[in-house]
Amino acid sequence: MRAFVYQSPDSFREAMNGYGQQSAFIAGGTTLVDLMKLEVMTPSQLIDINQTPARGIELGPEYLKLGALEKMSDVAEHVDVKTHFPVVSQALLKSASAQLRNMASIGGNILQRTRCGYFRDVATPCNKRQPGSGCSAIEGNHRMHAILGTSNSCIATHPSDLAVALVALDASLKLQGSDGERLLKLDEFYLLPGETPNLENQLKPGELITEIQVPRLDLAQRSLYLKIRDRESYEFALTSAAVAVALDGETVRDARVAVGGVGTKPWKLPQVAQALIGKRLDRETIEASSNMAAEGAHPLKQNGFKVELVKRTVARALMNLGGLV
Amino acid sequence: MPNGDQIIPDSLEEKKTNQVHGSSRRQFLGRLAAISAGLTVGSQVARGAPAKELTDAGPPQARAGSSSVDLLLKINGRTEKLRVDPRVTLLDTLRDKLHLTGTKKGCDRGACGACTVHIDGRRVVSCLTLAVTANGKEIKTIEGLANGDELHPVQSAFIACDGFQCGFCTPGQIMSAVGCIEEGHTTSDTEIREFMSGNLCRCGAYPNIVDAIRTAAPQVGGKI
Repeated sequence: MRAFVYQSPDSFREAMNGYGQQSAFIAGGTTLVDLMKLEVMTPSQLIDINQTPARGIELGPEYLKLGALEKMSDVAEHVDVKTHFPVVSQALLKSASAQLRNMASIGGNILQRTRCGYFRDVATPCNKRQPGSGCSAIEGNHRMHAILGTSNSCIATHPSDLAVALVALDASLKLQGSDGERLLKLDEFYLLPGETPNLENQLKPGELITEIQVPRLDLAQRSLYLKIRDRESYEFALTSAAVAVALDGETVRDARVAVGGVGTKPWKLPQVAQALIGKRLDRETIEASSNMAAEGAHPLKQNGFKVELVKRTVARALMNLGGLV
Repeated sequence: MPNGDQIIPDSLEEKKTNQVHGSSRRQFLGRLAAISAGLTVGSQVARGAPAKELTDAGPPQARAGSSSVDLLLKINGRTEKLRVDPRVTLLDTLRDKLHLTGTKKGCDRGACGACTVHIDGRRVVSCLTLAVTANGKEIKTIEGLANGDELHPVQSAFIACDGFQCGFCTPGQIMSAVGCIEEGHTTSDTEIREFMSGNLCRCGAYPNIVDAIRTAAPQVGGKI
């Protein structure tokens, strides 16, 4: 690991004032320390933000407000999150391991870096790690990689489960910069790789995620997260689906669908959700809507299976939700 | 090589103080570490590091040019005052500085759980915890679990149920199991397996590990 200077300020202002070009903020450290050991990330200054006040889990009349420093395990096990936003709790509990969930902050989870093996291996070209060096995955091993939102520069998958659930529920981030606060929809926060896969989100240098706001929609109460992976636990998604449905009797009044493991960012599927609205939540409706889940996909040699798998993942998630299986 | 950097001063010190060349495993490993540290130094020569750095047995942070940090760690009820390079993990601090070698280094990447300890009562992996970020916190390792000579019920259950073969993952399994029980995730074998999935066992002792946790849980107020 490269040498760095360590600081532990206790206010946002102090944290931001100390931030320079070679700085990195550290919260749980589960991604950053790993990548620093691999020398994928080589900050010369670490600013520990754990003493800053980005805490709290609070259910208000309009929003669930989650402090960015709250641990994955605490959010997952919180009674209000479990009751009113089961998809958020389930996505968290299907992430990582119990130990890592006790360490990792939810703000850091949103910012976690891709698991692409070439990004993590400094001996190979990677446009995300070293702009302009090329993408090793396109011609290399890409079974785990994305089929949606890819470019000729990068096909790396966004690894967060939590972010898929939050994007489905139209969550926003509260960002604190030296020039004040701003709110941004999580879906807009993430950038597609295009020609600049090194730019992953709209966070400005020195800016901090301080809070996540999840709108308190009644459909969130009937929601779930389904994750399909190579082994049953402690593994990243091949495909995943976050679904939420509000019913009027047997008719779908409102719906939200997003998928993970397939996109270069958490992938929202408004067309699938739209195809459910106004219909009975039955097998036929679900099959017709979930068939649109891979629209626009660009599969490569090894990850073509994800096209069919993501459709079936969405279908299975909706059938679980409707009590059809 | 972060481990090499960390091993150099400690293992040299260990070599100096170990005047009796007995046959204990720890002394043998200590000497082995000194030899591998020597190899690390050799590779630095190959990379052209200045000779001054090589002969300086001072703290690694001085040689690396980064600032070291003063720490207070409360480990198994004892307060330890330390000065560490901020790069050093809690795992390396426990093993190399404090010689608490019960906590094992498996993958060193947060993937295997062998280094599981408790910080402020919660199970975490010490390999992805920088020691500086644990400043002022209560740390419990496998060495602090028993009550004197009386084993913790989870330790006894691992023995009674034969919850290990080679034993390398066992301290991490036990620390994780204690956390799993305290969190209330022992209501079924399926739940135990899910909430213990962060601890790998290459020998495949999983069925017996689950038996041990199921057996110990009611003895320490866990949910069944």
